[in-house]
Amino acid sequence: MEIRVNPTRMELNLLKKRLKMAERGHKLLKDKRDELIRQFLILVRKNKELREHVEKELSAAFARFLLARAVMSAENLEEALMYPTKKLSLEINKQNIMSVYAPKFSWVEEESGRGENSSIYPYGFVDTSAELDISIETLSGILPRLMELAEVEKAVQLLAEEIEKTRRRVNALEYILIPKLGDTIKYITMKLDENERGALTRLMKIKDIVRAKM
Amino acid sequence: MSTYKIAVIGDKDSILGFKTIGVDTFSVTSSDSALTVLKKLVSEEYGVIFITEELARDLEDIIAELNKRFLPAVVLIPNSKGTLGIGIQQIKKNVEKAIGTDILFGKEG
Repeated sequence: MEIRVNPTRMELNLLKKRLKMAERGHKLLKDKRDELIRQFLILVRKNKELREHVEKELSAAFARFLLARAVMSAENLEEALMYPTKKLSLEINKQNIMSVYAPKFSWVEEESGRGENSSIYPYGFVDTSAELDISIETLSGILPRLMELAEVEKAVQLLAEEIEKTRRRVNALEYILIPKLGDTIKYITMKLDENERGALTRLMKIKDIVRAKM
Repeated sequence: MSTYKIAVIGDKDSILGFKTIGVDTFSVTSSDSALTVLKKLVSEEYGVIFITEELARDLEDIIAELNKRFLPAVVLIPNSKGTLGIGIQQIKKNVEKAIGTDILFGKEG
């Protein structure tokens, strides 16, 4: 398997340069891949942990909420939750993990004008059940974890994508381009040597003929 | 740097509570309407979209596509009936994609 080129010395030099470059690129990419995988493993472990934790807590909150829903009438519940005291807005920064850009979330809670020190509960305690309070408390307690999960999970996804790409490149260089270049270089050297030998024999032959005529 | 919003998509029972903590909630009942809502949210300024696993199950393609983008972050959450394990499954898939074999969950499966 080789590239079709003219077997000339100039091509040979060019190819040798390309081979050197490819090898350097290969080494760099391999290092990049290794470091990406290291980072990825750290993040993915964290991701797993976070997700398990969040899922457990959320399920608990939901269970409580269901109870609240069972105890209270639907209208009451809806009414109680109609006007939240807070509004979350998100600020997004970039973080750079081995030149993979992943979003970094930070959020701000805006009080929606209920006066100072409004609690997380948007309702009065008269016609709501305690289950609702607990459910909402768990939910708002879990929010930082949720945001962290979102951040880590996104980073993991983007890293996985990048690792796959890098691995393909490494493999393409290692198994396709570099062998191809090597084969072509070999082909050209052999061709050149052959030409040289051909020229030599021709010279000797001519010399013989000339000598025989004298 | 601009500010973004957070949304949650799911069935009413599961997501109503999110409203109190200041997240925009979108209650849907079918995965079709979930798709429409999701598409709408993506085109608006939402940075994080939480979606219940039950709905996400039918929207795998578009979520996989969104996962390759910088924003928004689509996060699967369990619904009130409990977790379906899709979220964990996704982590597993990511590991397999990146490393080629599953080394985190090997003990369990």
